[in-house]
Amino acid sequence: MSASPLDQVAAATPVQMATKIKGLSDRAIAWIFVTPTILILLAINIFPLIWTIRLSFTDFRVNRPNAEVSWVGLRNYERVLTDPDIWTAMQATAHFLIWTIVLQVLIGFTLAYLINKKFRGNDLWTTIIVLPMMLSPAVVGNFWTFLYQPQIGLFNYAVSFFTGIDPSSFSMIGDVNLAPWSIVIVDTWMWSPFVMLICLAGLRSIPDSIYEAAECDRASKWRQFWTITIPMVLPFLMLAVLFRGIENFKMFDLVVQLTGGGPGSLTELSSINLKREAFEKWRTGYASAYAVILFVTVFGLASIYVKALNRVKNR
Amino acid sequence: MSFSPTEPSRRQKWVAGTLVVVYALVTILPLVWIIATGFKSPSDAIAYPPKVVFEPTLEGYVNLFTTRTRVSEEDFAALPPPSSWYEQIVRDSGLVIAGPSRYGARFANSLIIGFGSTFLCMILGTAAAYAFSRFRVPIKDDLLFFILSTRMMPPIAVAIPIFLMFKNLGLNDTHAGMILLYTAVNLSLSVWLLKGFIDEIPVEYEEAALIDGYTRFQAFYKVVLPQAATGIASTAIFCLIFAWNEYAFAVLLTSGTAQTAPPFIPTILGVGGQDWPAIAAGATLFLLPVMVFTILLRKHLLRGITFGAVRK
Repeated sequence: MSASPLDQVAAATPVQMATKIKGLSDRAIAWIFVTPTILILLAINIFPLIWTIRLSFTDFRVNRPNAEVSWVGLRNYERVLTDPDIWTAMQATAHFLIWTIVLQVLIGFTLAYLINKKFRGNDLWTTIIVLPMMLSPAVVGNFWTFLYQPQIGLFNYAVSFFTGIDPSSFSMIGDVNLAPWSIVIVDTWMWSPFVMLICLAGLRSIPDSIYEAAECDRASKWRQFWTITIPMVLPFLMLAVLFRGIENFKMFDLVVQLTGGGPGSLTELSSINLKREAFEKWRTGYASAYAVILFVTVFGLASIYVKALNRVKNR
Repeated sequence: MSFSPTEPSRRQKWVAGTLVVVYALVTILPLVWIIATGFKSPSDAIAYPPKVVFEPTLEGYVNLFTTRTRVSEEDFAALPPPSSWYEQIVRDSGLVIAGPSRYGARFANSLIIGFGSTFLCMILGTAAAYAFSRFRVPIKDDLLFFILSTRMMPPIAVAIPIFLMFKNLGLNDTHAGMILLYTAVNLSLSVWLLKGFIDEIPVEYEEAALIDGYTRFQAFYKVVLPQAATGIASTAIFCLIFAWNEYAFAVLLTSGTAQTAPPFIPTILGVGGQDWPAIAAGATLFLLPVMVFTILLRKHLLRGITFGAVRK
């Protein structure tokens, strides 16, 4: 049986090439798959952001849609940056940010270190500890106002049980000195497990052989902890701090339900302050400038931090 | 038993275990308290000292789902006997049921918007993640970073133009608007997570399928999708939980027809202020599904909350 040269070529052609002709090309599929996602993100994330930037140069107000809108240049930015209220909000945010991160790192790392001792049932207890983190911050924050009630609240009762202070003598949310701590406590309760989970992954990534080698060299446990455990967990810990930092800079739901920014404007974090300017005072142009400044701040700080993180990772 | 220098001693394990268990019990207490308060009578809920042992009642749950009014004594006496157990509970406190509350509708909104946005997000996210994982997409790294950076924006910062945009398009306070919005918010998470899951599936499987005469598209849904099923399921649960818990956009963009449960629950009022047993009952029904899902998800939890940065 003799086949024509053409049939021989056809038989030698890999099937793979034939299929390329049959279906859509990879390039077409790639575009069909990616485009809808990019379009939605452009429409609902990027377009509004550009709009915010545009509004920030105008004196537009949402509650007066028919008023004439005029360009005011950088005046909104100037007014935001010289407004003492903004700096009060920034200070409140800084206090909240620093203390939540410090406490969550301490508690989270300690818990991870203890869980890594692999006692029996550690999986079950880890899951229980993680629960608060996954719940709705607004709903949980609202319920904490009940726990913080001076006379009947469980928190005040627990404090009085252990210290003997009269439970109706202090109010976590109403008191000027205690309110900034009331939000730190709830956020720490909710998010320490997050730091714990990431640290645990870090601790589990350290190979046993390193400790065994250190043991052979007669390094003390204390020395092993500072020269092996801490440096190896550090990149993980820094990642956890990055996530918590970004989230708490944007913090809105939990605190708005817990204290509503009060007493006065003592716990009014930047996001809450911004919401008040935009949706209660309706100073749209001004609030847009404020929003841009906040976004640039988060983005700038996060970029610097990521550089530092990469340096630690590559060390 | 073999000796290993890295294995913690029995005493160390015991101390570590005790400390962790104590912490877990303290940390779970507020959640237990929410569930318990839901079954308390209003007077038990605000008793001092806080009541640990109490007579459970469904009053909180009945109050959660009904609105009640007070009627004059003659009218109250003239009423026919209560026809159901929940009517009985309301009568016992000297009131009559006026109608259903809005909690059911708000809960249903949370379900519709949560599942709707998750469904849309998974379709778009899986497709985009597959393309990013398998094909050479131009400016891929920039696009991926762009997708991630949308997550850094404070929701309030983009809420003003979204509010204006939705108003112009008639999407304010609608299910469609909220589904679209939450899809966009969750897309970054789902693309990053799913790309990680798909990256782990060997390319050889698809190549084999292509050689067998499948088209690229067939290879995608007959070979890759079944392999990625676990990853897709856990990503879907994460998207669902985030949409379920979201508050900032919900409180700014919805007020009536499309309002979800988180902005609604804190506003439940009783006689003379907040009705804590009803709020606790509402919170319990709202939080319990998430607790169950968290337990199911525990193996993928770390990956989900860190955008796939830590895989374990």
